[in-house]
This record gives sequence, C-alpha cells and structure tokens, in this order.
Amino acid sequence: MDSSLELQILNVLHENSRLSHQQIATMLGADPAEVSRLIAELEREKIILRYSAVINWDKVESQRVTAVIDVKVTPQREVGFDAIAERIYRFPEVKSVSLMSGAYDLQVTVEGMHLKEVARFVAEKLSTIEHVTSTTTHFLLKTYKSDGVIFDDQEGDQRLVISP
Amino acid sequence: MKPLYDRLSPVVRELPPSGIRRFFDLANQMDDVISLGVGEPDFVTPWHVREACFYSLERGFTSYTSNKGLPELREAIADYLRGFQLDYDPEEIVVTVGGSEAIDIALRALLCPGDEVLIPEPAYVSYRPCAILAGGTAVGVPTYAADEFRLTPEILRAKLSPRSKVLILCFPNNPTGATMSEADLRAIAEVAVEHDLFVLSDEIYAELTYEGRHVSIASLPGMKERTVLISGMSKAFAMTGWRIGYAAAPPDILNAMLKIHQYTILCAPIMGQMAALEALRNGQAEKQKMIERYNQRRRLIVKGFRDIGLACHEPKGAFYAFPDIRSTGLTSEQFAERLLQHSRVAVVPGNVFGEGGEGFVRCSYATSVEQIERALERIGNFVASL
Repeated sequence: MDSSLELQILNVLHENSRLSHQQIATMLGADPAEVSRLIAELEREKIILRYSAVINWDKVESQRVTAVIDVKVTPQREVGFDAIAERIYRFPEVKSVSLMSGAYDLQVTVEGMHLKEVARFVAEKLSTIEHVTSTTTHFLLKTYKSDGVIFDDQEGDQRLVISP
Repeated sequence: MKPLYDRLSPVVRELPPSGIRRFFDLANQMDDVISLGVGEPDFVTPWHVREACFYSLERGFTSYTSNKGLPELREAIADYLRGFQLDYDPEEIVVTVGGSEAIDIALRALLCPGDEVLIPEPAYVSYRPCAILAGGTAVGVPTYAADEFRLTPEILRAKLSPRSKVLILCFPNNPTGATMSEADLRAIAEVAVEHDLFVLSDEIYAELTYEGRHVSIASLPGMKERTVLISGMSKAFAMTGWRIGYAAAPPDILNAMLKIHQYTILCAPIMGQMAALEALRNGQAEKQKMIERYNQRRRLIVKGFRDIGLACHEPKGAFYAFPDIRSTGLTSEQFAERLLQHSRVAVVPGNVFGEGGEGFVRCSYATSVEQIERALERIGNFVASL
C-alpha cells in the first residue's frame, strides 16, 4: 500500500468522504474504474474503516460529556497490554484506546450522556478489571480542534466577489 | 477657471476604468453569489507565516528596512530563484509592494515617451494602463485558443515596429492559464535578442504549473541581461493582502527601478517582509498542499465545462479556466452579466483582458470543490436555458 494514487485517494477522501468515485477520478486525473477498484481494495484491506462526519456535538447535546482516562495496568505474560486493551475497548461507551509511553499505560476516551454515567463506568467497570492498578479521569471541557478540523473557525472567506 | 476634471492629467483622464471594476460593483450588490471571479487563493495565509509576523511585531520589528528590502529576505529570494535555474545576486533584487509595484517601476524605468510595449493578450488588466502611465504605447499581441494561448514568434514579429522596446510575458497566464515550454520561450527569446527588446517577465504564477516544469525566460542564454523578472508571495503562498513582491534585474535596470521605488514607496512594509521570509524558508509543505488542491479542482472544472458543452482548453498553470462561450451566441459581457443576473454565478468577461479575450470568460477555481460543483450546475442550467 504505497502507490501514490492510493495515497492521493486517501487524502481526498479524508478531506471529503462525500465525493463520488467519478469526482475523485476527475480530480486526480485517473480512470474512474481504477479509482473504484482501489477504493474497494482499501475497504477490503481495512485501510478505509468507515466514512464519517466530524461533528461538533457541543452544539447539539449540551449534556454529553467526554472523559480522557489515564490507566495504569500490570502487563500480562505473553499478551502484554493487548488483552487488557481489548477488554476495555469492547465497552461501547469507550471511543478510543491507545497504548502510551510515559507515566501511564493506556489512554482511554469515554463518552457518556452525563457525568454520572462516566463515573459509573470508571468505578464499576474499568477500575475493577483485573490488572488495572489505577485510573485518573480528566473531563474534556471544550473541544477547539479535532481530527484536524478547527471548531467554530472564524476564518471565513474574506475575499471580494471579483478581484483582479 | 477650467472645470476641475479638465485640469487633471490628460493621460489619466483618458485611461478607461477597469472592466473588472464595473462587474465587481454589479456582483457586490447581490446575495448568494457563487464567485469564480476571484483572482486570489481561497486559502488563508498558512498559520506559521502569520505567526512569524506576530512574533516579529512582538520583538519590535516596526521600522523601515533598506530600500531594496531586508538583506536576509533578498538572500532567501535569490535561493528560491535558484530552484528555477536563475542565478541572481541578492543585490540584483528589490522587494516591492506586491508584483504590481514591480511592474510599474520596471516600465517607468525602461520606457521613453512613445516607446511601444508589446502585450500578449488576453492579459492581466494592469499591463496596458501601467505602460500608458509610464509614457509608453501599449500594443496588443493576440494569442489564440488554437495555440493554447501561447505566444508565437510569428505573431510577435508581425507586431514589431522600430519603436518596440518592451515585451511583457506573463506565464503561467492570467486569465488563460496558458504556460510556455522551454522551446516556446527559446523562439520568443530569439525575437527579443534580434530586436533588442527588454522583457518584463511576470512569473507570479510560476509555482502553479501543473504539467511540465516552469521555465523562466531569464534562464535562457542571453536573456538575463535584458529581462526584468517579477514575482511575489501572493499566489503561491496565499499572501495577496501582504503586498510583498519583488523584481530581479541586471544592476543598471535595477538601480533605475530602485530610484523610483525609493522616492515613492521607500520600502515594502517590514511585517510583510518578515512573513515572506518565513514563507520562503519554511513554507514548502503548505505550498505543495495548496498546489495539489488547485490541480484537483482544475481537472474538475475543465471536465465540468466540457460536460456542459462549452469548449475549454487545458489550462496548464495559474488558477483560471478560460472556457469558450461563443457557442451560446452571446458576447463575453452578455454571458457574464446574464449568468450573474439569472444564476448568481460571477465570472469575468474575457474582453476585459484585451484582444482575443472576447468569446471567453475567466473562471477562477481558487474556491472549494463544493462551490465549483454548485457553480458548474448553475452554469449548466443557464447554458441549457439559452
């Protein structure tokens, strides 16, 4: 997976996943059939996992809370951190799990409809998993930028309608 | 006492107002206009460039610079030009208030009253008036869609006279998007040497060359000594509002230009120069990203016009498509005006760019894919309704 057309397709889709295969082919100067074939392959290889929108939830649901939880665990023989990570990421309220270097081992992002829901998840589900030794929960207060997109971007198009 | 207007400079009185201006006034009174009329990037100046400007202000960089511009900026420009096989000493470079000032002072330095300036048209709207304001006579040299709007030596020769002194080149071209290959330029250079012409080469769109590589006429044998190369930060680095351009020329010409620059402008604003320095030093990646986007949109808009049934030559540079609207039976002005009134899409009629522009409209694709798609849909409906 290193051909430049594939990378170009991924870049275009990452920017705007609503474009049709025909549009992408035109933009990249490629054959539409080839673009469709490559996209199907990228999907099959699970390089493209899903097509989704970046949404500013703060504008829609004022109650929604997001917590970033630092988790320390005792790694297990043979499977290291992977088995515990899997037990954590299977919970539907968990949005992301990453293995980290530094002061703690796993970074877990959890979304809930309210603070109590997140608190219950940490207290009853996460902390009680065997080999989890400690958790530190941080609540997100406001999102300014996510996935490369600046929320509430004030930089509108300031250009005149016609210019030289 | 004579009426005030009659006492103004006859040269200025007789200059026609820009054709773009009339259209601008018309378009600006309307809502929901999708604009393909904009001659500047839709990207905001990259953040690191803006941030470098803030930082320089914090450190108190608010003074004049030397007339020629900050030495480190001129060095960075010289380095940058080396990428186009151009070898200029920083002392052969003057930083100007946009490419526009460079055009003005170059023409004023080169022209004697009555000297003729050859302008391949369709052309950027300022060349003609600048030539006239500098005391020269503008002579249009037509370029044609059949030649992909490249300048040919035959047509150039046909327009030569004993008074011909300066040839203005602008490739990649505004408004046609045309580029010139090295072979094309060699043929033009031959004419320039043979007739001892100066060449004012406006290469502001040099970076926006999508097919082949940009060749500067100044890099060809025997041309550096008769060429004034003009460029700037506006288009490639999305820095139109900063007004930082430059000219590179042999010392005699440059010093003459510098006299005009120092008595009128003094120096380009330091904050813009500091930003330009950052852009040249660290702006490669952002610039490349923007160029890629323009190229994608270019393909989309050209195909879009052809699908609508409007012939459109392949623009290989800049960010303009120049579709042929003659099949609609309308003039450029009629087409642009009716398209604006009926369908709320702003394009610039080709005739404002001079000879050869009639029958075409300039459409800038420096706008988002969504806007291009919406504009194409509206233009398609408009053309179908005719």
